[in-house]
Amino acid sequence: MSTTVRTESPRRQAPSRSADADQLNRRADGTRRPWYSTLIARTVMVVLSVLFLLPLYWMIISSLKSDEELAKFPPTFIPESWQFSNFVDAVTAMPFLHFFMNSAIITISVVLFSVISNFIVAYGFACLKWPGRDLMFYLVIATLFLPFPVTLIPMFDMWARLGLVNTMFPLIIPAMFGSAFYVFLLRQFLLQIPKDMLDAARIDGAREWTILWRLVFPTAKPALTTVAIFAAVASWNDFMGPLIYLQDESVQTLAIGLQSFRSVHAQDVSFNQLMAASFLVILPLLVLFFVFQRYFIRGITIGGFK
Amino acid sequence: MTATGLTARAPSGAAPPDEVEKDATASPPQRRRHRLSRSDRRDLALGLKYISPWLIGILVFVVYPVGYSIYLSFTRYSGMGAPTWVGVGNYVTAFADPLVGKAAGNTLFFALIAVPLGLVVALTLALAMNQNVREVAWYRTIFYAPSLIPAFAMSFIFIVFLNPQFGAFNQVLNLFGESNVNLLGDPTGVKIAIILMAQLGAGNAALIFLAGLRNVPRTVYEAARVDGAGPMRQFLSITLPLLTPVLLFNLITGVSGALQVFTEAYIVTNGTGDPDAGALFYMMYLYKNAFGFAELGYASALAVLLFLAGLAMALLIFWCSRRFVNYDVEAS
Repeated sequence: MSTTVRTESPRRQAPSRSADADQLNRRADGTRRPWYSTLIARTVMVVLSVLFLLPLYWMIISSLKSDEELAKFPPTFIPESWQFSNFVDAVTAMPFLHFFMNSAIITISVVLFSVISNFIVAYGFACLKWPGRDLMFYLVIATLFLPFPVTLIPMFDMWARLGLVNTMFPLIIPAMFGSAFYVFLLRQFLLQIPKDMLDAARIDGAREWTILWRLVFPTAKPALTTVAIFAAVASWNDFMGPLIYLQDESVQTLAIGLQSFRSVHAQDVSFNQLMAASFLVILPLLVLFFVFQRYFIRGITIGGFK
Repeated sequence: MTATGLTARAPSGAAPPDEVEKDATASPPQRRRHRLSRSDRRDLALGLKYISPWLIGILVFVVYPVGYSIYLSFTRYSGMGAPTWVGVGNYVTAFADPLVGKAAGNTLFFALIAVPLGLVVALTLALAMNQNVREVAWYRTIFYAPSLIPAFAMSFIFIVFLNPQFGAFNQVLNLFGESNVNLLGDPTGVKIAIILMAQLGAGNAALIFLAGLRNVPRTVYEAARVDGAGPMRQFLSITLPLLTPVLLFNLITGVSGALQVFTEAYIVTNGTGDPDAGALFYMMYLYKNAFGFAELGYASALAVLLFLAGLAMALLIFWCSRRFVNYDVEAS
């Protein structure tokens, strides 16, 4: 359990390895907590952990079962025979690598454009002073609450007229123009940069564009990482966008590809293969999450203080 | 930008504001612009330059589509040719359409159960995690992990899990002496399945609650303990009131998400919304009209109605929140 120390959020000082249980059971003022307070919390968390891990567990074991074993009742909780060939079958039964490439192209482009555009816009809102700035920022906040369905049909109509349906552009181009949530998130971070530092650079004759990339960019890397991760997850997992814009198999992403393959080739793809393919879709995200966990948590908690 | 032309006319050097004011009265058409000093105008131009990506974005991806959506809602339009004006026809049809009622009912059913339940689950997770047991980072990882699983994959898992022949769900039911049921084959059951699926996304809201809990000053609890307040009293009188701003945030995002529920229902029912339109949520019906039946005008009217419903609910929540949300102690 000592590994938890590394993943603790940096804000709170994690208990060191040597800290004993007695220390943990004391409050900041040194008084003892009632013995049951952590017991109840632990029980609740263990029970809920089982429930929250169940879908992932079920996906993994189902992906390893044979067709016969999957159809058995009562179901087995540990596969009798570990059929890793399901993964090979899943990848070959559908143009998996092709879908994967399409997802990767869209996700990488979206991440790149989101980071650059939102950073520039957030700089305008956080580091520059100009009349009407705060009023304009209220507008950013207001669009946060705009439900996207109301823009869905005109956007489809626009991309259709431009002849760009069945291309990846409708899913990539909007990322070039910033998004309210990421602007908000980055602004919160950039506001913490001392104004004196920026002013000193300005007095030295640095242009804003230079300050943006040379001075602020290195400082803002953690926040930009958060934006990159959020954009990556949202783009990788997006279902409705690809459902509407990508009808040809040649441009489809994993999310929509798996579903359309399931509905068109119901006979060729069995559910253990679908589970295997789904697991391969999630795998990059799980890796990303474990590596960058604290950036995820920062992004979520900043979002809570709108 | 446009301000540069005016800058040339201002006296050189830093213009005192009063001088600019005088200049403004001399040329009434440009009066408003001239209220800003020269350096203000330069700042404005620079600021606008930096936010220009977002400014263009909001015009192209928000203002134009919202306006065009409203226009389209008064037309009949298949996506080809020009829209034909039909006045309020689409709205009249929508209010008489039994499937709109069905879809709105399903969505409301979902929202009324999934949102409060989600808040309770998330708050429970956050309160437990706030106890700072040693392995809390593990729990945090576990509770957030399902939020990473995309809705389509989660739906596949549930299809396997709830399968009437071999699903593990039925085994659990059998333990309690119940016979096998096909949850996804029942109009109410399918909604319940999707509500349960939504609960697995509680990790996100839980982390927001947790951040809120950690912002409650410790001194407040210490003072309460000195006064003899027990854990329950502390929760009801301190934690909950101080958490109301975060609660409000999670409530608003929860409701707005619930009104747009789509992907899970689409996958679980393979795009049909059946059985008996039990999983035909509002967004599903809107999608069907727009991209299945090419009724873009009618679908736009449905989108405008959804927008208005969402707005009304947000205003209602904000109005009620004035009574219960506590901003007295600043979260710092």
